[in-house]
This record gives sequence, structure tokens and C-alpha cells, in this order.
Amino acid sequence: MSEYRCPECGYTYDEALGDEFEGYPSGTPFAALPDDFTCPSCAVRHKEDFEKVNKL
Amino acid sequence: MKGYTAALPSGEAIHYVDRKRWLWLLSVTYPLQPFVAIWLHWLTGNETWLLLPIAINYGLGPAVDWALGEDRNNPPEEVALQLDQDRYYRWLTYSAVPLHYVTLIGSAWYVGTQNLSLFGMLSLAIVAGMTAGLAINTGHELGHKNSRIEKLLAKIVLAVPAYGHFTIDHNRGHHRNVATPGDPASARMGESIYRFALREIPGAFFEAWAIETERLTRRDRPAWHPNNQILQSFALTAVIALGLIVAFGWIMIPLLLIHHVMAWWQLTSANYVEHYGLLRQTDAHGKVERCEPHHSWNSNHIFSNLVLFHLERHSDHHAHPLRRYQSLRHFDSAPQLPNGYFGVYLLAYVPWLWYRVMDKRLLALPHIQGNLDKINVDPDARAAIFLRYGRDKMVAPTLG
Repeated sequence: MSEYRCPECGYTYDEALGDEFEGYPSGTPFAALPDDFTCPSCAVRHKEDFEKVNKL
Repeated sequence: MKGYTAALPSGEAIHYVDRKRWLWLLSVTYPLQPFVAIWLHWLTGNETWLLLPIAINYGLGPAVDWALGEDRNNPPEEVALQLDQDRYYRWLTYSAVPLHYVTLIGSAWYVGTQNLSLFGMLSLAIVAGMTAGLAINTGHELGHKNSRIEKLLAKIVLAVPAYGHFTIDHNRGHHRNVATPGDPASARMGESIYRFALREIPGAFFEAWAIETERLTRRDRPAWHPNNQILQSFALTAVIALGLIVAFGWIMIPLLLIHHVMAWWQLTSANYVEHYGLLRQTDAHGKVERCEPHHSWNSNHIFSNLVLFHLERHSDHHAHPLRRYQSLRHFDSAPQLPNGYFGVYLLAYVPWLWYRVMDKRLLALPHIQGNLDKINVDPDARAAIFLRYGRDKMVAPTLG
């Protein structure tokens, strides 16, 4: 399960955890988030702007 | 005084001292201004003193802004992070929250117990309400942060002006749709502040409600649920109202109605001047460009910024919505208002004067240079604007 980070504010969507407050259950893949998904923290970056976090 | 050290890309070290560090106490204490009016009435018995804050804000304010001029302090981007993390500054915003309550309750107590005339009651209601607009500003600063305490304090302070839907609409509606025709909080060229208010006030609420209920639906919850962030703050507004009515009687109802509407009007005024006419372009695929510095109007006047937690450094705020007020930077190249907010609100309240001053400023912006296609034009004013400012041909009106 991967993490995707907003390049502006650092909000990170962890697929394993989902985002309970936003209504995305744990295990929800990032790809399954709505197409118009906007960073819930800053709203100035959209789904296509998010960067996959490389875990080394 | 405390300083921050960082390295520039060249390798050179810089040391920045925030000379406004202690001056930010002005933003914390400014919400107490109605007590000056109350004290002067108490001493003299003359109810006209109750209107003093209006004279201070709209008489003295623009004059002080003009006289003191612009703020030379501009933290370099390299120290912005350290400045942001200095906890002293967030403690100032926390301490503003109870003061907004003190002003509301103190003003309500005065109206409820001092046998003011109708003029006196109306004056204090208007002044207290105008001051409660600052509670929306404090809520703006807090609501943009991700810590639980700040999110909670935002809901608590927004209960004072009965504007619990602000954080949802502002963070997720306005910041997403800013400077587009569909944003109820972005004003259009040719739209007076009065027509803007009729769109902005209900628009903001319904947008917030839609956003929040969509989130609750994802969680399989109904709109009317304890987790509804909007209802949580409004519930507190209702508790305050009930408490004041029980304590001071039915006179609290007109007081609170006037108070809340005056506070909302302050937000309407700020929203109106912040993006008037500015437009993010849409590409051939329908994708709207990212919010750039030239999509906000700014003011770098030091006095009004010091009582508004830097609200007027608006371009940087839209670039970095989570950045704390103390770290916001000024950009000479971004669109500038002719005075601080107190002064430009006065212009806005007289539409023909506003258009006279601001329309040419808008048209002259480097990224616009007279091109009306680059401007968020009010559809109802489009024909008149094209006649006055347009080039040879009329462009077919597009839906806003």
C-alpha cells in the first residue's frame, strides 16, 4: 500500500489507513478517490498533483 | 530580539529579525475596541461615543495607513519555515478567541442592563457586530491549520458571529474555486458590493453545506449528524444566544441579529476587495490554471495588516494556505490596492467611486493589459463594460 503526498502542504494520503474523517475507508486505493479529489488540507493541489512517496 | 538564521542558495547566511513580533498584540487586542466606546459612554452619558469605533476604523484607519505607509518587513522565503514554527505566534491567535467572547458578552451585558435608547442600542449592536468580523478573521487563521486544537478553536470563535460554515466553505470552496466566475466569494468586474453580497452570503452557506454533507454521505451519515462541523459551531451560537436571552432578556434578539449581519458584512467586504475582477484562465480541456500571485489584490499597509493578522498579504496566503500569518510575504509585482482594507471598504461602499478607482487599476495589470477576456466580468455588466473599455468588437457573452 502506497502513500501519496500533496506537494504544497505535505498532507499525505496513506492507502493503508485511508482517511476516516474524509470518508475514505482504510485500504481505499488512491486511484479510487474521486477524479475531482482536491487536497483536503489546502485545496490548492488536485489529485493529479499528488506525488507518490517512495519508501526506501 | 529573537532572530532566525538561514542559508541562501548562494551559500551566504542571512539573519532575520521579525520587528513586528510584539506588534502582533494589536491583532489580539483590537477586538476589545467596543469597550473604549462603552467606557466613554459610561463616563459621559453621551451615546454618540458608542459609535467611536466606526470613526476610528473608517476615519483614522485609512489615514494612519496612508501616513505610516507600507511595511518594509518581508521575511525571506528561506526563514519562512522557522518563523512559521515559532509557537509564540500561534499563542497570540489562541488568546484572541476568549477576547472575542468577552466583547460579545460585555456588549450584550451593556445593552441589557444600561437602559440605552434605541439609538444607543443600535449603535452598540452595529459596533459590536463590526468588531465580530474580526472573529471571522481569527477563525480564518485558525481554521486553515491542521492541529486539532486549532480546528476546535476555529469552530469556537466562529460561533461568535454565527458563521460556523466558514472554514468548510472557505478552505474547500473558495480556495479551490478562487478567481473563477463560479466562486461566490470572488467578486466580478462591474458587480457592486451590494449585488455581490446577495450572491456571496447565501452562496457561501449553501456551498459549505453541500461540501460537508458530501463528506458525511461518504461516511454513511445523514447531514444532521453530530459530526457535522457546521452544525457544531452553530450549536454553540445557539447556546450563546439562549444564555444571553436568559440573562438579559428579549432585547438580545435584535441585538444578535444586527451583530451577526454586521459581522458577515465585514467578511463580505474583505471577500469583495480580495479578488475583484481577477480571473484564472481555463485551458482548451477545461482545466483551470493554478492560483497565481496575480489572482489576488493585496495591501502592504502596515497598520491595517497589524490589526488583521496580515490578511491583506493575500497572494501569498493563496499560494500557501497553511502558512501562518507572521510568515506571509509581500510581492511588489502582485496586484495592489490603493489603501488598507479600512480605506478600500469605504471605496467599495460607493460603487461608482470603486469602479472609477479600481477598474482602471484592474485593466492596467500586467497580465491583463486591457484584455477583457482575462477578467472575471459580471455578465449583467458585460455590455456596458465592453462599450466603455472594450476593443473593436464585442465578444459573445459567456455564462459566469
